Amino acid sequence: MAESTTADAPAKAATGGNILQVRNLEAWYGESHILHGINFDVNAGEVVTLLGRNGAGKTTTLKSIMGIIGKRAGSVKFNNQEIIRTTSDRIARMGIAFCPEERGIFSSLDVRENLLLPPVVRPGGLPLEQIFDLFPNLKERLNSQGTKLSGGEQQMLAIARILRTGASFLMLDEPTEGLAPVIIQQIGHTIARLKKEGFTILLVEQNFRFASTVADRYYVVEHGKIIDGFANSELAANMDKLHTYLGV
Amino acid sequence: MQALYAQLLVGLINGSFYALLSLGLAVIFGMLNIINFAHGALYMMGAFVAYFLLSLGGINYWWALLFAPIIVGIFGMILERTMLQWLAGLDHLYGLLLTFGLALIIQGVFQNYFGSSGLPYSIPDALKGGMNLGFMYLPIYRGWVVVFSLVVCFATWYLIERTRLGAYLRAATENPTLVRAFGINVPRMITLTYGLGVGLAALAGVLSAPINQVRPLMGENVIIVVFAVVVIGGMGSIMGSIITGFALGVIEGLTKYFYPEASNTVVFVLMVLVLLVKPTGLTGRAA
Repeated sequence: MAESTTADAPAKAATGGNILQVRNLEAWYGESHILHGINFDVNAGEVVTLLGRNGAGKTTTLKSIMGIIGKRAGSVKFNNQEIIRTTSDRIARMGIAFCPEERGIFSSLDVRENLLLPPVVRPGGLPLEQIFDLFPNLKERLNSQGTKLSGGEQQMLAIARILRTGASFLMLDEPTEGLAPVIIQQIGHTIARLKKEGFTILLVEQNFRFASTVADRYYVVEHGKIIDGFANSELAANMDKLHTYLGV
Repeated sequence: MQALYAQLLVGLINGSFYALLSLGLAVIFGMLNIINFAHGALYMMGAFVAYFLLSLGGINYWWALLFAPIIVGIFGMILERTMLQWLAGLDHLYGLLLTFGLALIIQGVFQNYFGSSGLPYSIPDALKGGMNLGFMYLPIYRGWVVVFSLVVCFATWYLIERTRLGAYLRAATENPTLVRAFGINVPRMITLTYGLGVGLAALAGVLSAPINQVRPLMGENVIIVVFAVVVIGGMGSIMGSIITGFALGVIEGLTKYFYPEASNTVVFVLMVLVLLVKPTGLTGRAA
């Protein structure tokens, strides 16, 4: 499938209306042209995963949607509202939350402060009790310095803090990177539960095995473009292609 | 012995000004990454605003404590919006040169209109006089300066270290891009932080006016010592700035008593020693 997966976005999960529409998205880091026209859609209530090799442009795609990249062009519509020129603080207040690859836990803040840092942008966020229910470890370590947590706990904290905000569209960048299998499993359960609660999730993953347990649909990113896309139900039929794309 | 206590008090008062000024510098450096060389000029402006409020508007000292920091803070925020914000992400040197230039311009303008001699600003009636503590005579105004500075310093520390707003500030110091992506208007927060830091300098200026008179170059004299305080305490450290400010004022006062010849240089000798042993300052982070 060519880069035009957009118009005929594959096997829509049919969970809800179109919530995110990305068209001809281009992005630059300084002089480096990273994204060369990304096109894809995300429907409300589904988990969509961007797959691709290192340096393909997956993280840059998320950052471009969030508005934290130096220069971007094209069109990003969230709930039919154009946000390509919107600043990241306003984008967040529209209901998009971002969990970065490096987790972004603040060392000068304790766990409680890290957890309560993102302001509530709209009603509907998870109450703290429910967050502690999802991540019991965090409750025990509320007074610890944020960066003193283990890698897994930091990842939980990074996800937990955006669940409070009321944002309904979550972008998770490689949430399983560098984590032990048991923690990866826990994060998988969390994502499945969030989906059940009605969150829409755009996931960037290199861990394809993990992605397959939670995703409704996949897009493959290569050289700053979407080169393919398919639904989870079409996964088996696309396995060979996928191995070629990802080099695994 | 009386002389020793008197010098200790002078040291505490100087320490109050050092603490307020270095605290403002620390807040600004932490958030904007700018070494604000205009701080002394803004301290002087605080004293001048108090003077103008009194002489032109009949507004007394107590109101000046409120209005002068607000007025100078707004002036600072205009400087930040129009000039300093464009230096974000550049080398420290650019901020230092720009603020140094601003200091020279501000001081030059005031010197042009008011010369170099001091303008009188009298102590408010409620704080005139003194009390005999038995071991020394304490002028009430000086005692007030020390106590009020301590209160302001710790209130600022509390704001930054113990409140939600302070958590935003600390987080934005570490990773402004991510904090903004959480929905916080970081550019506005940076402007307000600069206003807060500058307001603290102006407050020190108002406190200083009845003691040191109102002079266009009053900031130039004190700012060099304040920078030494900041370097010793650690650039960007809030508590470090407060403690070092008061401590160095006292050390300076004690030196005046025990070895007066060294009183003007003791702070700089300490600065050199601290830099040799701990280049980031006693409680600071690497720049």
